[in-house]
Amino acid sequence: MLQYVARRLLLLIPVVIGILLVTFLMKALIPTDAVTAIYSGTLSEKDAAEAIATLRAKYHLDLPWYQQFYIYVRDLMSGDFGESIRLRKPVMDELGYRYVNTIILTLAALAIALVVGLTTGILAAVKRNSWLDVTATTIGLFGISMPAFFFGLLLILVFAVWLRWLPVVPRGTMALLLPAVALGLIEAAPISQVARTSMIDVLGRDYIQAARARGASEFALVVRHALPNALIVVLTLVGLQIGNLLGGAFIIEAIFGWHGIGELAVNAIEWRDFTLTQAIILISAATYLVVNLVADILYAWLDPRVELNS
Amino acid sequence: MSVILLDEPLVPTPPRWRRFVARLLRNPSVVVGGTILILLILLALFAPWVAPYDPFKVNPVQRLKPPSWLHLMGTDEVGRDLFSRLIFGSRYFLLICIVTASISASIGTLLGLIAGAGSVVTESIIMRLIDVMLAFPYILMVLVIVAILGPSLWTGMISIGIAGIPGYARLVRSAVLTVKREDYVVSARALGASEADILFRTILPNVLSPLIVYLAFSMPLAALVTSSLSFIGLGTQPPAPEWGAMLVNSRTYLFSAWWAVTGPGMALFISIFGLNILGNGLRDVLDPRSAA
Repeated sequence: MLQYVARRLLLLIPVVIGILLVTFLMKALIPTDAVTAIYSGTLSEKDAAEAIATLRAKYHLDLPWYQQFYIYVRDLMSGDFGESIRLRKPVMDELGYRYVNTIILTLAALAIALVVGLTTGILAAVKRNSWLDVTATTIGLFGISMPAFFFGLLLILVFAVWLRWLPVVPRGTMALLLPAVALGLIEAAPISQVARTSMIDVLGRDYIQAARARGASEFALVVRHALPNALIVVLTLVGLQIGNLLGGAFIIEAIFGWHGIGELAVNAIEWRDFTLTQAIILISAATYLVVNLVADILYAWLDPRVELNS
Repeated sequence: MSVILLDEPLVPTPPRWRRFVARLLRNPSVVVGGTILILLILLALFAPWVAPYDPFKVNPVQRLKPPSWLHLMGTDEVGRDLFSRLIFGSRYFLLICIVTASISASIGTLLGLIAGAGSVVTESIIMRLIDVMLAFPYILMVLVIVAILGPSLWTGMISIGIAGIPGYARLVRSAVLTVKREDYVVSARALGASEADILFRTILPNVLSPLIVYLAFSMPLAALVTSSLSFIGLGTQPPAPEWGAMLVNSRTYLFSAWWAVTGPGMALFISIFGLNILGNGLRDVLDPRSAA
């Protein structure tokens, strides 16, 4: 097991270097850098040239790229993510609380996705080919075809405008409800499909037949004998789902005005604020990496065959 | 005297493609999804003749009018006819599907073929590159590229095209790895076929089915993400009648003019749904093993 974890960690090294290079290259590849963008047209030509030169030196834009990369990684190591060009304050000041908000939204959505996805998936597998199965499959198709932003707007339209069950500008936990539901229900679709397939697979195994022969009740059969094994497959999917949820959060946050890193990312790209964009991309990729690592290790721990095969 | 061959069937079997089409038409998902797709293509081709109004014509007197016989789906905040704009939107939808899919499928397939059939060194270089790309969640990868190229319809499509490359590369590589040990590949090599010949003439046709199924599923996803980009202001810019971009302005009027939101939203949903069930049906027909 320890060996497996060590190998997984070693494999991460090229990926981490790759991620750092990508986020670093973003700055180099953006055609008009933000510094030029800030001053174009606002100052006289001479003043602007001077101000631009000072700022370029401040952000090390005047050095060759490999030195810039060295400085970039060195600063990251010491926890310095730079200063936002637009907001004129350390990136971390803005990112910190927004990161927490995004995590809250993602976890709430994941909880909803798991509850809905697992329930429908398992029911569909147990009552295979019944109307329940057909409904679950159809809803699944709806889920993968529904744009998150349209679904979000529909929820606002129905629950806040037509039914008036929810305030139009909700606060506190209420503010979390709609975005989490919008995100969670859409991500429930793939979970439901995978849960159904793997449950059908497990229910057909010999040991289930054996348990049935020994007189286990249908309920015990499903919940105690089949479910734990079916869940293992769902787990790896959840690792990948978190990436989707993070990505989905970027769009959902913009609709519901949830102050997370997604909303900030959209602004940062529009402002051409590369330090801010870089930091958001880096922190999201890192989160995704860690989540997938944990999911993989959990998977190997639950199903020792994985370790042997890899 | 002529020799009668007894094993020749008395009723001639229809050619292969006719049998294939017949199998496709027996699948309800293919029929429904295919109908939606054909309708979309027809709308896109004949948009100027079908649309009752100019999709860009502003008419302040008629702003935010609910659906009526004059304006079948109502009007938007500057009085443009929504029905006409929705019809022209089908052009954007199809353009997005074709451009993004061509970018990801062509580059991804090529990388996958090379990685699967090439040397260990080229394989590991390509696969490490793919790993880095996959380390970013899909939408994040798209945002990285949009951040570099700047927000517009074309950069959005290119970004989504690039972000789709790893999926194709992985799929094709693993398919090649299975196919390349098959007897017919080995015998083609023994007969002296060149590597390029084997790659494109022997291996590629045999990995085509999973490729088509993947294509059918990744196109609607690409369309969905492109419209999401437009919606958050990083894709198609208004006043272009792209469905995602149409929602940007109309969402401000959600409380007074719901039709300006539901129209483009439903158009998107139905089109993506159509492509998805078409993909489902194609998978059942082409690749029955993978269907549960």
